[in-house]
Amino acid sequence: MSEIVENRMNTKPNEDLKIRIDRPWSWKRFFFQWEWLLVIVLLLVILINSLLSPYFLSLNTFISTPATFLDKAFIVFPMMFVIMLGRIDISVASTVAVSAVIMAVSYNMGLPMPLAILLCLITGSLGGAINGLLMVKFKELSFVIITLSTMIIYRGIAYILLGDQASGGFPKWFSFLGWGSILGVPFIVICFIITAVIFGLLLHKTSFGRIVSGMGFNKMTCEYSGIKVNRVTMIVFTLAGLMSGVTAVFLTSRMGSTRPNVAMGYELEVIAMVALGGVSTSGGVGRIAGPILAVYIIGYLSYGMGLANLQAPVVLVVIGLLLIFSVLAIRIRFSVSRKNSAV
Amino acid sequence: MVKGKILFTENLRELGLLIFIILLGLLIQLRNPAFLSLSNITSLLTNTSILGILAVGMMLVLITRGIDLSIGAIIAFSGMVSALTVARFPEMPPLLCLAEGMAIGTIIGMLNGILVARFNVLPIIATLGMMNIVRGMTYVVSGGKWVSSYQMSTGFKAIATGKIFGINSLIVTAVFVFVIAGYFVNHTRTGRQIYAVGSNPEAAEVSGLPKRTLVFLAYAIMGGLAGLAGVLWVAKFASAQGDTAAGYELQVIATCILGGVSIAGGVGKLSGLILGTILFGLLNNALPLINVSPFWQMGIQGITIMAAVIANVMVKRNTDRLALRRRLI
Repeated sequence: MSEIVENRMNTKPNEDLKIRIDRPWSWKRFFFQWEWLLVIVLLLVILINSLLSPYFLSLNTFISTPATFLDKAFIVFPMMFVIMLGRIDISVASTVAVSAVIMAVSYNMGLPMPLAILLCLITGSLGGAINGLLMVKFKELSFVIITLSTMIIYRGIAYILLGDQASGGFPKWFSFLGWGSILGVPFIVICFIITAVIFGLLLHKTSFGRIVSGMGFNKMTCEYSGIKVNRVTMIVFTLAGLMSGVTAVFLTSRMGSTRPNVAMGYELEVIAMVALGGVSTSGGVGRIAGPILAVYIIGYLSYGMGLANLQAPVVLVVIGLLLIFSVLAIRIRFSVSRKNSAV
Repeated sequence: MVKGKILFTENLRELGLLIFIILLGLLIQLRNPAFLSLSNITSLLTNTSILGILAVGMMLVLITRGIDLSIGAIIAFSGMVSALTVARFPEMPPLLCLAEGMAIGTIIGMLNGILVARFNVLPIIATLGMMNIVRGMTYVVSGGKWVSSYQMSTGFKAIATGKIFGINSLIVTAVFVFVIAGYFVNHTRTGRQIYAVGSNPEAAEVSGLPKRTLVFLAYAIMGGLAGLAGVLWVAKFASAQGDTAAGYELQVIATCILGGVSIAGGVGKLSGLILGTILFGLLNNALPLINVSPFWQMGIQGITIMAAVIANVMVKRNTDRLALRRRLI
């Protein structure tokens, strides 16, 4: 019953998309897009930052500064897929914690570092796959309760393994992942660009991306069209877990050690980035450029607030406000364009 | 006979929960004889009453198909603000402090309600954003400092440590909230309408119920109760910090789920909720008593929630299948 209601609710953006596809291309509409608004906001943030500090405007800011905030950006892409499916995964931060802790513990128990990194990625994927499996096997349960309970369980496992201690002592080359650079470009930035290209192609150039979008609009239609809905759900959630593992590797490399309470609140930042990037939380709608811009906006925003000596709590407030306002703005945008199409 | 049967199957869940609680209690009693002493029971109930107060509000929100992740932050904020006022004006009567906390909580809850009911923002997104805003505000108003015991008047601390009719006032407050909530959800028109909106929003709206107002009301009540809990919390622990009750919303949601409140909306009984609260309090109270490391607590809680949720689904599938089979014959 709730399935039907959900589908009926999801038809609204669907009509919207149809109108957008049918209309011919024009310059006016090309510039009247969410992404351009984000570009303007990003420029504003950079402008304000350069007013705050005379040292901000330099080549360094645009090449090496992103390394300070890109660790969580890897989760943004799979989270975008998850949100496009009309769901949310709030267990990602706990997945980061449990994979980082398992990597550190297994390394300190004598496993070679490359294998420990592999184990970290496997743990992450497994965490995501468990979410997906529960989602597929227990369709009655909402995504909220599943990812909420795995969020507690994963964090709990991290605490069971490490108590309140920190674990570290990694080999020297491991810190290269987070701190090193190739030809002046930080390694983490290169990885981010590669990941962005892969996910961009996956979303916009493969049938998988179309299917994810379609499932967000109307899951039942997809199921009746012979799409393996369960498999797609599993893959998307496993990807979310895998990228949480990647984030765990980079985060641990940057911090040099790990603790069970690492990556607290990452889920909020990631969801805020995706929502600010113009991905509709009712599912289906989303383009890869938006979240990438949003990553840089939020990243430079918190960096600039650091320059201005504002404390971390203020950053919390601003990110929370950004999340709510971007979701509101997207709602209002949809209702406006629907009104226009009716005339 | 038929009526008795219906009553029995309707309360099957609560009965199972009760049996589970009794079995668990016996097991713990065997491991540690100090468990069933009067002082331990009192401390268990005292520690659980704040959880119970919050669970009542969360039940209303869950019934409307929503969720509220911001309550941990509301507790911290309202607690911090009332502690700061008490530190400034030590002569302030305790009841006024309670009113202040509830007012702050209600305002934040109303903001949540406006976002969810008026602007159709997903509850999880709206309250996640609000959680961070309010948590950040807590640090901002306190300047990152704590308000400690010596800055609070004895009257303020007596809110949580005092006794009414020989029973700890926290327990009395929780019972008071439960009684009012019992009357509200079972015997008032608005209470029943909240269930109607939760079990079928479209039908409720078509039948002329003020859907948005009712959803708004649920969030406002949740906020008010969280504000009340914030004052009680700070009075009980005699210290207000920026990270008070961080992550407590998860325990409250878990309590509701253990108590049989469905996250899909429309389902939830106060009797189940009370049992769920007691079970959760029992787990929190008993694990240290039988020498379980505190680091295991989070994992055990998570697995308990997961098991309760999945068991619920399994039972429901089974009863549905049985009903179907009976219809075929």
